Amino acid sequence: MKKFLIPVAIIAVLGIYLYTKAVGSYNQFVQSEEQVNGQWAEVETQYQRRADLIPNLVNTVKGYADFEQETLTGVIEARSKATSVTIDPTNLTPENLAQFQQAQDQLSGALSRLLVTVERYPDLKANQNFLELQAQLEGTENRIAVARRNFNESVVAYNSSIRTFPNNIFAGWYGFETKGTFKASEGAENAPTVQF
Amino acid sequence: MNYLLAKKPLFLLFFVLFFGQIRAQDFPPLPNPPRLVNDFTGTLSADELARLEQKLVGYTDTTSTQIAIVLMRSTGDYEIADYAQRLGENWGIGSSKDNGILILAAMNDRNVFIATGRGMEGAVPDALAKRIVTNLIIPNFKTESYYQGLDQATDMIFKLASGEYKAEEVESDGNHGGAFFLLLLFIFIFVILPLIKNRKDNDNHMGGRGGGIDLWTTIMLANMLKGGGGKFGDFSSGRGSFGGGFGGGGGFGGFGGGSFGGGGAGGSW
Repeated sequence: MKKFLIPVAIIAVLGIYLYTKAVGSYNQFVQSEEQVNGQWAEVETQYQRRADLIPNLVNTVKGYADFEQETLTGVIEARSKATSVTIDPTNLTPENLAQFQQAQDQLSGALSRLLVTVERYPDLKANQNFLELQAQLEGTENRIAVARRNFNESVVAYNSSIRTFPNNIFAGWYGFETKGTFKASEGAENAPTVQF
Repeated sequence: MNYLLAKKPLFLLFFVLFFGQIRAQDFPPLPNPPRLVNDFTGTLSADELARLEQKLVGYTDTTSTQIAIVLMRSTGDYEIADYAQRLGENWGIGSSKDNGILILAAMNDRNVFIATGRGMEGAVPDALAKRIVTNLIIPNFKTESYYQGLDQATDMIFKLASGEYKAEEVESDGNHGGAFFLLLLFIFIFVILPLIKNRKDNDNHMGGRGGGIDLWTTIMLANMLKGGGGKFGDFSSGRGSFGGGFGGGGGFGGFGGGSFGGGGAGGSW
């Protein structure tokens, strides 16, 4: 009787341990995935904010009859392309994210070409409406940078939590997959020297 | 390819940790004692510093909005917008309502930036921050009248932000005092009075009533512990404003963990 009980007790203890471990890591994955989703929503919000600013910008610039049509259509096209690429937050794979980033970076490129072109139009550069749009656009770019950085940090935390042992076994069972990050823009790796 | 992918998260983690460590040194430590105006360059005179500090602390006391000024030499390879956001986040300028504003000037770079906390983006939108920078700060900074520039800029921010937030902490402190007094009253009625009564009462039938008192005592003690904890926490966070009341000078209680989302605008002179 007693001999029979010992292995049963061991199995029961092991089973309970495994069960609590499995539940605990599942909850942990869900929490850090929610963190990622929250940061992703912020990223989308800020990109949307930029997309919303562009029609105003285009209209203001259009008022200057001789403004280069080419740069303007470049911005409009890049904008419609960028807004058409959306990702389901449950599917933030590296490939999807790279595609999203590419579309958005094209829009950034078109926008900066537009702002460079504006340098040649002193009237437009002095236009109060344009100046405020420019300030908003710059602020939005800063917000995008912050949102992207926070998103990347949460993804790194999530990815490393589902890839370390023994979590990777549980993550495999539950079907949690690694998520993609935004790639840093070039030149961001320079070691900075700051003077207080 | 698979191998590379498998290694990437780990690599990224190291990347973040590594640069995270470097970056921690890129930011000045929290000023101690807490100050809103921090001049690391010696640009402002002691008198100007004190006047700005007094003005900003007064504003924080009435509205809970924290406006910090930092003058430093150079933000290095950081964009000033990026650095201002990180510094604001790092120091936690603003209360839990994220109502902080940081005016950062990099004197050697001749750059200035007004970073708005997440809760201030409505009161001071980027376009207005840009106007403050171009119309008030830069013209003054060009003629090296740094104090005037900062003074006018903060005045304008006061106007924009007035009515946005109220200092509820002051009121809730008062409420807390009332609650504490009530608690003392309760303890007196339900704990101390019965105890005194018990001492007089030598009867043996007291067992039943004693049990009742025990229950009350337990509840009261638990409440007292809870109240005591809250009181203690409030006390430590309120210490700065007490000091201000008596000391007159640096009455700023410290930054409250406000968060910055990248809003604001800047320029160079």
